[in-house]
Amino acid sequence: MSKLEYVRKMALMGDEAVAYAVKQADVDVIAAYPITPQTIIVERLSKYVADGELNASFIQAESEHSALSICIGSALAGARTFTSTASQGLALMHEVLYIASSMRAPIVMAIANRALNSPLNIHCDHSDIMGARDTGWIHLFANNVQQAYDLTLMAFKISEDPDLLIPVSVNLDGFILTHSIEPLEVLLDEEVHQFIPHEPYPHEIDFGNPLAYGVMALPDTYMEFKRQFQEAMLKVPEVFHKTTREFYTISGRTYKSLTSYFTEDAEAVVIALGSTVETLKYVARKFREKNIKVGVLGLTMYRPFPEKEIVKVLENVRCIAVLDRAYSYGGVGGPLYTDILASLYKNGMKPIVADFVYGLGGRDFKLTDSEEIFRKMMKAIECNGFERDIYWWGVKE
Amino acid sequence: MTTVEKYFKTISDVPVEDYFAPGHRLCAGCGASIAIKLAMKAIKSPTIVVNATGCIEVATSMFPYVSWRVPWVHVAFENTAAVASGISEGLKILNKKRGKIMYDVIAIGGDGGTFDIGLQALSGALERGHKMLYICYDNEAYMNTGVQRSGATPIGAVTTTSPAGEIIPGKRERKKDLIGIVAAHRIPYAATASISHPLDFINKVRKALEINGPTFIHVITPCTLGWRYPPSLTVKIARLAVETRYFPVFEVEDGRVKINIRVSRPKPLEEFLQVQGRFRHLLDDRNRDVLEALKKQVEENWNKLVKLEELGVYI
Repeated sequence: MSKLEYVRKMALMGDEAVAYAVKQADVDVIAAYPITPQTIIVERLSKYVADGELNASFIQAESEHSALSICIGSALAGARTFTSTASQGLALMHEVLYIASSMRAPIVMAIANRALNSPLNIHCDHSDIMGARDTGWIHLFANNVQQAYDLTLMAFKISEDPDLLIPVSVNLDGFILTHSIEPLEVLLDEEVHQFIPHEPYPHEIDFGNPLAYGVMALPDTYMEFKRQFQEAMLKVPEVFHKTTREFYTISGRTYKSLTSYFTEDAEAVVIALGSTVETLKYVARKFREKNIKVGVLGLTMYRPFPEKEIVKVLENVRCIAVLDRAYSYGGVGGPLYTDILASLYKNGMKPIVADFVYGLGGRDFKLTDSEEIFRKMMKAIECNGFERDIYWWGVKE
Repeated sequence: MTTVEKYFKTISDVPVEDYFAPGHRLCAGCGASIAIKLAMKAIKSPTIVVNATGCIEVATSMFPYVSWRVPWVHVAFENTAAVASGISEGLKILNKKRGKIMYDVIAIGGDGGTFDIGLQALSGALERGHKMLYICYDNEAYMNTGVQRSGATPIGAVTTTSPAGEIIPGKRERKKDLIGIVAAHRIPYAATASISHPLDFINKVRKALEINGPTFIHVITPCTLGWRYPPSLTVKIARLAVETRYFPVFEVEDGRVKINIRVSRPKPLEEFLQVQGRFRHLLDDRNRDVLEALKKQVEENWNKLVKLEELGVYI
């Protein structure tokens, strides 16, 4: 028995926290390919396997495309399966992402969010995951190292739920979270095993009852496959909430699809994903001390998109700033911005909204940036509008 | 004829059961379907098939019908060796941790999915050493998309992307030495086979399945559509490929070459070429240089194998 099994508090980097969660999940197969800033996850996992602390097959594939393909194979064989990647690696997986979800292969993948080439850049932004947004995976975002650990554990339970069997990505901001050491509370191994016991995959490979996986469908049947998949997606919120409730009973930590901070009476709300939510929360608290009614909305679950919860939070909000760490080039705006606009329009709401494209390629988003955006929002309320709809925040013009 | 170990000594030893069911949608006279039917005769225990996108895949899995009586998985075109790796390792660890039964894993890909787009995944899987058999059915072009050139298409052959035009007489490049590439990974067993010699092929499949590691079989499967000949000639053309030394049948076991079908007096290559529309232009005088190049490649390839066999060195 490892000494660590008795440890409740640890100080770990985001990557290490994910690896620790995967070890505690007693994963069966890990297939991955090295890429910064994800590599530490697989380095730690290969060490756990080499030391006999984790009884798993660790496969270093010859590419991310093959890594995810291996994961589909092992998941269909009934093995609890994990992979992790970032940036170009996720882009290289793109084809296989759709197949993993539509074959209903339960896989958990950590994504150390990183900018895309070109120019080559290893630092944080969300261009990688936004390119994979519509691939049929459940996408979760961690705001800090604790959440990276917790969401990784919950991801196994959600992905393997027999009503879903949908792969889950756990996103953590490259370097900002992957390489930052933060204190966190961990569960005991025994608690994790009780939370996510090994259940047989319902459609396991069986010679006595041979099934065909990944067949061909013509126009007369293809659409029904896709509709069935969307129906499974609609069940995700319920499974997510069930999972978070159960997680609360063992950890005392509460999770919802959204992180709402001072939103109840807020006139202005900033919406963001990932570690920036923490920065915004800190600044919002300072503004609140001065009785300025700002709030912060972070999305823990980005796909499926928690539209109903979001519009409920935004019901009485006069001004919204959406922070996008990615952009849809030639499109209407950043991906989160267009999701929010669509949700508001569908629900007949017309607050003042602007998109703030920020932090591409790891450009720092400081407390002062956050303060300035809050001030801009207060001014937008006074003037009944922003001076533009899309800001490239901090760009040298 | 030197043959591999006789698991099946005569055709009557071959099981009657077909795990590859009839009723699929492959063409009349399809060489690949013969290869797969034969290969599935050789399975020895619970087996799962992983299939690359291609003729065999699309024609055997059209929802809601399926031609497989074993568990069958298709993921994509270029990653079959990777998917098979995952299944093999998944089952192995589940066997170790929770006593799940083991399966043999057979990966099947065409020449496009193996020589070209799937070569990286194949190389990765062979290097990692998973227990699996990979069978490449080679019809020497992308037949499923309508006959385009591949790395397996020989010099001079006509395809829709290497047509014989006024100035270019078909494909200009030589066929890749796939077994050479595979053997360079130093896997325990690699072999070639032809559907014209079913016992040799079935025995090789069984032999490969008995080995605890990655194994590879490259089987030549004429294509009536792409090679342009009447469907009744498929097996005959496969035999001519062997008898003209166009497609040598041999094994590479623990790195050492053994020729299984020794063709001491080869038939003229023209006998193989003239029955196929894809090569007919090579018999024109103006394309004599291409014909000579193809003949030279065939001869060099055969002589290399003979030499390697004589030397008994690790290739």
